[in-house]
Amino acid sequence: MLALLSGSVVLLIVWFLVAGALPALRDGYLPRLLFDEHWQPGSARDPQFALMPMLAASVLVTALAALLAAPLGIAGAVFHRFYLPKRLAVWNQRMLELLAGVPSIVFGFWGLTVLVPLINRLHPPGQSLLAAGIVLALMILPTIALTSQSALRSVPESQLLAAAGLGMGRFATVFHIALPSARSGIGSGVLLAIARAVGETMAVVMVCGNIAKFPGSVFDPVRPVTATIALEMGYASSSHKALLYLAGLILVLVTGALTGWLAFGKRNAGEVS
Amino acid sequence: MKSPVSRRNHRRFSDLACGIVGAVAASLTLVVLGCIVWDLLRLGLPHLSWLFLTGEVADGGRSGGIGPVLVSTVMIVVIALAVAIPPGVGCALWLSEFVRPGTVPARAITGGVDLLASVPSIVFGLFGMAFFAQVLGLGFSILSGGLTLACMILPLLVRTTLTALQSLPVDLRPSAAALGLTQTTTIRKILLPAALPGILVGVTIGVARSLSETAALIFTSGYATRWPDSPGDSGRALSVHIYDLAMNIPNGAAAASASALVLLLMILVINSFASFLAERWLRRYHS
Repeated sequence: MLALLSGSVVLLIVWFLVAGALPALRDGYLPRLLFDEHWQPGSARDPQFALMPMLAASVLVTALAALLAAPLGIAGAVFHRFYLPKRLAVWNQRMLELLAGVPSIVFGFWGLTVLVPLINRLHPPGQSLLAAGIVLALMILPTIALTSQSALRSVPESQLLAAAGLGMGRFATVFHIALPSARSGIGSGVLLAIARAVGETMAVVMVCGNIAKFPGSVFDPVRPVTATIALEMGYASSSHKALLYLAGLILVLVTGALTGWLAFGKRNAGEVS
Repeated sequence: MKSPVSRRNHRRFSDLACGIVGAVAASLTLVVLGCIVWDLLRLGLPHLSWLFLTGEVADGGRSGGIGPVLVSTVMIVVIALAVAIPPGVGCALWLSEFVRPGTVPARAITGGVDLLASVPSIVFGLFGMAFFAQVLGLGFSILSGGLTLACMILPLLVRTTLTALQSLPVDLRPSAAALGLTQTTTIRKILLPAALPGILVGVTIGVARSLSETAALIFTSGYATRWPDSPGDSGRALSVHIYDLAMNIPNGAAAASASALVLLLMILVINSFASFLAERWLRRYHS
């Protein structure tokens, strides 16, 4: 009974989203989401519903964050596993766990008060795709580093010993033995981090600039889907509200698909070994 | 054709380069953490005092303290835990003791719980506002916020409790059955007490997650900065307070930094407690 309750909360949420988004789907807004030029859903005279710039912003911000964080996190994990003395490695891991626990609002606040003025000096206005990407990258970095560490730790010792026996250097061992062997673990860590980045709201809303247009460069302000929901949820009504539910539904579908992909990959990997 | 010497030099160089790149990557992460903490301390520490922790919010948060905010935060977290622990533990018990893993109902429930874990927090906020605040008529209240957070930490509790139950020695169950204990007694007197530290780890992480949450709370527990009288009142959580100070209040950065320091310290203490518990638990059963 309790189990059924726990398992069905997600159904309740999805049902609410679908029911909320239904007016938007039924009234034929779908083509308008794709082809409208502006986002002014509250306007009485000329409501327009261009969702594409926001979807694009979500994708771009997430991709930028992953591109920044994945190399750093993986390189850091390699260093942690193959170079760092054990006692320091323990501390490195503690620090990463600490960083992983920092609330997103703190990252966002730091981004707003420190990072945005820095970028502003480089290229105004500062609140930008770049700022959001960097803040998100910092947020998902510990996730990637920690999962990569545990993936590298599970590379069989015998393979590493065999590599050493063949006279392979550390560089060769890392690139030809350890990383290929840990690939799926590292990959699922990155995927997990991406799922988190797509759904992240607070850190992004504070630094992204919140302008619902396609960005021309990384210094342009953007507005991802999550930020739109957070900013407009408080006052939206009727069709505008339905659109926000639709946006939420899209988010759930994307993160759900990523999670499903992860679980599926894990099960297949489990059956092979 | 490379001579053996140049090849060895080449190898030495690539080993070194690999190490340097890794060192830079690893230290960059820590430097950034250091920067964040340093900036918060620089901005917030002068603002921090006993009066700040206990005082009323004044002037939109620029002066005064965060007393009512802390009380609201604690109330929200307590409600979330009280609501989420029974179904969370119950669900884990059912999955570990009553169904065979891999059967259709077990997989459906596990899938549902995992999917719930993947839902972004802003969507919990959207759902909480629609369901708890509007459909159930609770309005913007501490209760709405707590219930929303309960949904959010539920999968975490299920997962950690399940792990705790599954990592108990397998022979506990047949031994208890051999002593003629019923399954209910076995669960109540043997399995749950033995898994308690593991469950506590989950609860502790749940507290940390609830404290860190902002997006799910803005439109469920609301913005009010009064002292809350009952769970039916609106009350802002600490994270929402930081957001409001940073985004909507000009010159709110000092108070926001001080609040962020308080939040960070709370999370630090709670997470350290969780890893302390987890280490003791591991030593007990896996040494």
